Amino acid sequence: MNRRVLALIVLIVAVALIPAVVHSDYILTLCVTAGIYAIVVMGLGILLGFTGQMSLAQAAFFGIGAYTSGWLTTHLGWPVWPAMACAMAMSALVALAVGYPCLRLSGHYLALATIGFGIIAQLVLINWKDVTNGSDGMTGIPAPVIGPWTFEHYNSYFYIVLVAVLACAYVAWRIKTTRVGRALEAIRENEIAARATGIDATRYKIIAFVFAGAYAGLAGSLLAHTTKFLSPDSYSFDQSVVFLVMLIVGGSSSIGGAILGAVLLEFLPEVLRPLKSSYIMVYGAAVVVMIIFMPRGLVGLFESLRARWRRGAPPPLGAAAAAEAEAA
Amino acid sequence: MTTPDAAAAAERGLLEIRGLVKRFGGVTAVNALDMTVRAGDVHALIGPNGSGKTTTLNVISGLYRADGGSVAFDGHELAGRPAHAIAALGIGRTFQNIRLFGELSVLENVMIGRHVRTKTGFLGALFPGGATAREERATRDRARELLAFVRLDAARSQTARSLPYGDQRRVEIARALAAEPRLLLLDEPAAGMNPAETDALVVLLRRIRELGTTLLLIEHDMNLVMTVSDRITVLNFGQHIAEGGPAEVARNPDVITAYLGGTLDAA
Repeated sequence: MNRRVLALIVLIVAVALIPAVVHSDYILTLCVTAGIYAIVVMGLGILLGFTGQMSLAQAAFFGIGAYTSGWLTTHLGWPVWPAMACAMAMSALVALAVGYPCLRLSGHYLALATIGFGIIAQLVLINWKDVTNGSDGMTGIPAPVIGPWTFEHYNSYFYIVLVAVLACAYVAWRIKTTRVGRALEAIRENEIAARATGIDATRYKIIAFVFAGAYAGLAGSLLAHTTKFLSPDSYSFDQSVVFLVMLIVGGSSSIGGAILGAVLLEFLPEVLRPLKSSYIMVYGAAVVVMIIFMPRGLVGLFESLRARWRRGAPPPLGAAAAAEAEAA
Repeated sequence: MTTPDAAAAAERGLLEIRGLVKRFGGVTAVNALDMTVRAGDVHALIGPNGSGKTTTLNVISGLYRADGGSVAFDGHELAGRPAHAIAALGIGRTFQNIRLFGELSVLENVMIGRHVRTKTGFLGALFPGGATAREERATRDRARELLAFVRLDAARSQTARSLPYGDQRRVEIARALAAEPRLLLLDEPAAGMNPAETDALVVLLRRIRELGTTLLLIEHDMNLVMTVSDRITVLNFGQHIAEGGPAEVARNPDVITAYLGGTLDAA
């Protein structure tokens, strides 16, 4: 346990040193975006990974958070921090309103309902011009300020995102390892048994959906105050699918997996850039291969590798079967 | 169990089923069923396949909604209550086709059973230490005790899915007991067990009864039923055809007819 805590601290310190070492604005932009996406994906992890409920509307809640924060700071002149809190609350509220009827559905029907909501939300962003400025986008969103410091540049904004990622990971971890998280996982594993065990499955599913919305709302606000410009085409169905793929590639019921998936898929296109126009094909193929060969995501792969490492060299197949028979 | 409430419950039966009807489309699975389960008894519900036993259990535990009649548990009408609320009232159950939380550990399965007896919510989860940590520790300790009770403590960190069939049934029982139910519904607990496992189950059922838990069980293994039951209700075509002690029921000509599908001569 102590070694794991130590490893985690070393990892956080190493990540915190990135802006000191990396001077490329471009790479730092990618780091900040990856961190923001990681928050959205962790929220989806609470809903899909822990609770087993599918949503393809994460981009919509991401957008609601971004535009709420943008509107409050530009139209009403609010400071960034309360606007950020409101953005999170607004996404959570909309998630509650959408989740209440939708989470009585399950499986494909729930997925379809969330797709529908996502598309409606994007159409509202495009057409509600008085508030969102439509396809022209929202401009002039301010950077956050703490005392004398303005977080204008990516190398400082990096730390705001890092703190937010850590806070969100902490909350998800606390949920996962206590009574509520066990109830969510029970619903994922067997909803009928969960209900017969006294778990109010509908209520917990709605709460998980609200958490997913709140995470996406916070991430949207973080995006608004770093890019300073919002355009509705960033909050499409395609983007929701990207969030889903990030979660599945990383490992859906693992918090570290959600972060890893977001970071990996944010950087993968950069690694593939030399391939020029064929990159999207290789990217797609890489994602498919990862999903087929690592059904539990990267984290699942690491876990089975570590288990093998602990047992020593991988035994030949016959020996493994014999050992299993002996154990039984 | 000396409160006036409990005494009254014992008199009128812990569970009172009156005129229960459940239909699936044109099929009447349970038809005007009357049944009383007395507090402290091991009560068996038997009958041929398709006689409505599991349907009755599903109505009691709130997974199905009755089409008529009433089910009262300790004076509380259960009709219209959702399954989770019925569990919270003190009715636990296991399933014919085992329903464990397969990817979770055996210990976690039983800890989840404590859900209705614990309180930590989303807010409490965010603050480690204090009440949350105490409750978490108590939940874990209680789950360990229950695993010891069903003799599975050694398997606690394995995933539930990886256990042998008989052990999975014991995990289900431990999970149900974790909620401290006053009435435990067991749907074919001996199904798929070998004779040694069944013998161990009989011992376990007796120990559960000694805890003061009332048991209502569906079972096809007549040996087990005759050994453990205080009272037996026999169903056929969704209707109550006999009720009484094991010896009494075994002698009942209607029961013999229902089981052997004809007259006594057919035997």
